Amino acid sequence: MLAKKRALTLGAGAMATAMALAACSSGNVSTDDSSAGGDGGESVTLNLATVNNGQMQDMEKLKGEYESANPGTTVNFQVMEEADLRAAVTADVASGAGQYDIVTIGAYETPQWGANGWLVDLTEPLASDAEYDVDDILEPVRVAISNDGKQYAVPFYGESSILMYNKEVLDKAGVKLSMNPTWEEVAEAAKEVNTNDMSGICMRGKPGWGDLFAPLTTVVQTFGGNWYDEQWNATVDSAEWKEAVEFYKTMLDESGEADPVSYSFNECLTALKENKAAMWADASVAASLLEADDSPVKGKMGYAHMPVNKTQESGWLWSWNLAVPSTTKNKDAAIDFVKWATSKDYHQLVGEQLGWSLVPPGARQSTYEIPEYKEAAAAYAPITLDVMTSVNPEQPGVKPQPWVGIQYVSIPEFQDVGNQCAQLIADYIANRSSVDDALSKCQSIAQTAGDAQKG
Amino acid sequence: MSMTDVDTVQADTATEPRRAKKSDLSTARRLAAPAVIFLILLTQVPFLVTIGFSLVRWNLLYPNDRGFSGFDNYSSALSSGDLGPSIVATVVITASSVVLSVIFGMIFALLLDRAFPGRAIARTLMITPFLIMPAAAALIWKYSMFDTNIGMLNWLSRSLGLPIVSWGTNHPLATVIIVLTWQFTPFMMLILLAGLQGQDKGILEAAQVDGAGTWRTFTWITLPHMRMYIEIGVLLGSVIIIQVFDPIAILTKGTGGTKTLAYLLYERAFIGLDIGQAAAYGVVTVVLTLIVATIALRTLFKVFMAGGSR
Repeated sequence: MLAKKRALTLGAGAMATAMALAACSSGNVSTDDSSAGGDGGESVTLNLATVNNGQMQDMEKLKGEYESANPGTTVNFQVMEEADLRAAVTADVASGAGQYDIVTIGAYETPQWGANGWLVDLTEPLASDAEYDVDDILEPVRVAISNDGKQYAVPFYGESSILMYNKEVLDKAGVKLSMNPTWEEVAEAAKEVNTNDMSGICMRGKPGWGDLFAPLTTVVQTFGGNWYDEQWNATVDSAEWKEAVEFYKTMLDESGEADPVSYSFNECLTALKENKAAMWADASVAASLLEADDSPVKGKMGYAHMPVNKTQESGWLWSWNLAVPSTTKNKDAAIDFVKWATSKDYHQLVGEQLGWSLVPPGARQSTYEIPEYKEAAAAYAPITLDVMTSVNPEQPGVKPQPWVGIQYVSIPEFQDVGNQCAQLIADYIANRSSVDDALSKCQSIAQTAGDAQKG
Repeated sequence: MSMTDVDTVQADTATEPRRAKKSDLSTARRLAAPAVIFLILLTQVPFLVTIGFSLVRWNLLYPNDRGFSGFDNYSSALSSGDLGPSIVATVVITASSVVLSVIFGMIFALLLDRAFPGRAIARTLMITPFLIMPAAAALIWKYSMFDTNIGMLNWLSRSLGLPIVSWGTNHPLATVIIVLTWQFTPFMMLILLAGLQGQDKGILEAAQVDGAGTWRTFTWITLPHMRMYIEIGVLLGSVIIIQVFDPIAILTKGTGGTKTLAYLLYERAFIGLDIGQAAAYGVVTVVLTLIVATIALRTLFKVFMAGGSR
C-alpha cells in the first residue's frame, strides 16, 4: 500500500517536472524568436508541407537565411503535388495528427478550415506587429481567406485571371482588343485568327474542379448564372448556365484547341509558347512564364482583363497561403516563420538573391511599388495588380451568393460536385451528351450538396 | 487383412479430428500460426475495418458529424448510378487490353524465338515498356504521342495529309487501351516466349517432314502446346490490369467510359473525402469482383479445357 502511494507521488512529480519543462521550452522558443538570433536554447524543427510551385521552391532555397538568423530553428520542407498536398494535409489536420507545423493551403480551404477550428487565428499576432504591416496585404485576398472577420492564413502569393494574346498574330489579322473586352469580342477575334496551324484560343477543358471549372465558373458568373442562390438552392439548370456553357463549347469548336478535354494550364502554356494558339484566358501567373527569358513569345504578348458579359470584371481570385494548424507544438516559432516568409523583407530578399521577376506576386500592395520589380515585370505587373484589387470575392456574379470566393464554392462538397459536373460537361464538349442532359445531372448533384448547407 | 487395408484405416483416423493425437495437432497449429496471423493481420483486419467504416457517416471535411449510419452508404453507392457504367468500363478495358497484348505478345514471341544476329538486344528493347513506371508511361504517351500539337501520332497523320485525331476528347477509351496494350505486350511476350522455347523442336521437324506448312504447324502443334502459357498470361494480365489507375488519371480523368472501379474508388475517397461512402464502394467492389472472377474464370477455363487434348 505504501509502495503504491510512493509510486503515485513519484509519477505525479515526474509529470509536473515534464510540464514545467515543456512550458520552459515553449517559453524559450518565443524569447528566442523575439531576440532573433540570441544564443540558441532549445532547438526547434518546423515541418512545412507545401505545393511544388516555383515560388514555394524559391522559399525552400532561401530558408537558410531564416535559419541562420534564428539559430536552433530548422525548417523542414515537404514538397508535394497539389492533389497529394490537399489529401495529405486534409487527413493530417482533420484527424489532428499534428505532423505539420506550417501548411500551404489554397483560398478554397482556408475559410472552411478556420471555421472548423483547425487553424490558429493569426489576426492578433499579425496586427500587433507594426513592422509587418498587415494592411499592406491586398484587400480582396484577405477577404477571401478570412472567416467571420478572423484571418487564419497569410497569402504567400496570389493570382487572378487575365486574357493573354499574341500581339503579332492579332495585329497581322487586323484585330484590336480593348483592355476590357467582352466574351463576344474575344470569340470573334479567336475566329478571325484561327488557322489550321494555330488555334484562335486555348481554354481549359480537362475535367476537374480546379481545371475546367476555374475559367468556366467565371464565364458562368459573368453570364449571370451561379452555382447557388442565396438560400443554397442549386441553379445549374438555369438559362444563364446553358448560355454560358454553350458559348464555351461553341468557342472551343470554332476556334479552340483540337483536343480540349486533354488541355489544362500546362498544355495551353505549351501551345502558346509553341505558337500553336493565339489567345488564352487563364491564371495571371502564366504571364510571368510567357515573359520568362526562355520563352519564345517573350515581348510579343498583350494582356487584358478577363473578358466579361454582364459583369464589370470576371477575373478569379486564388492565393496559396501559409497557415498554422492548431495541433502544432511549436506555435510561436511557426507563426514567426510565416511572418518572415510573407514579409516585405522576404520580397526584397527574393529579388536580390534570385531575381526580381521571381518575387511572389499578388500578395502585397508594396511589392508593386518596388522599382526593380516594376521594371522586371513591366509587362504584367500593372494589370495583375489592377485586376486583383478590382475583383469582388463577396459577389463576383450578377446576383448575391451565400459564400465568399469566385471560381469555387467554399463548401466541403465542392471538390466533388465540381469534379463530377466537369466530367459531365467534358462529355458535352466531346459531343457524347447534350447540354441539357449534362446540366440537369449536375443540378441534382449540386442540389444534394446545397441541401447539406441549409440545415 | 493386407498391408494396404491397414494403411487406409490409419490414414482415415489421422484425418479424423476426434481421434487424432492432440499433441500432433497443436504442434501443427503452432507451426502454421505465424503465417496465419500474418495473413489475418494483413488482409482480414483491414477488410473488417473497411466494413466497419462503410457503416459509419464520416466525411473528413465534417469532423464533428460522425456516427453510425447503418446501410445509408450502401444505398447511396448502389443508387448513384456510378457503379454500372464503372463495371462495364472495367470489363471493357481489361478484356480488350489483355486480348490485344496476348495477340501482339504472341507475334513478337514468335519473331524473337528465331535465331538472328542481335537477338539479345532486340529482346531487351522489347521488354522496356514493361519496366517503365505506369505514370511515366502515361505521361510520355500523353505528350509525345497523343498531343494534337506536339504528338508524334498527329505529326504522322499531318505528314500523310490525314485529319488530326483528338485522342483524349474523341477516343478516350481507345487512348487508355492503347497505352495498356503497349505496356503489357512485353509481359505477355515474355511468358509466351518461355513457352515457345520449351517446345520440343523434334516435333516441329517431324511436322515439316510430314509436309505441314507454317500455318498448320502453328495452329495444330504450337498453339495447343501454348494453351497453358496463354492461360497463365491471361490470368496474370487480368489481375494486374483490372486495378489500373495511372493512365486513366493522367489521360482521361474518367471521362468517356473510362471510369474503372479503381478510379471510381479513388474519386470517392480522395476527391469526395467521404471515408464511409468510399468504404461502402470498396466492399461492393470486392463482392462484385469475387462473383465475376469466380464465374468468368470457370467459364474461361472450361472453354480451354473442352478444346484441349494435349
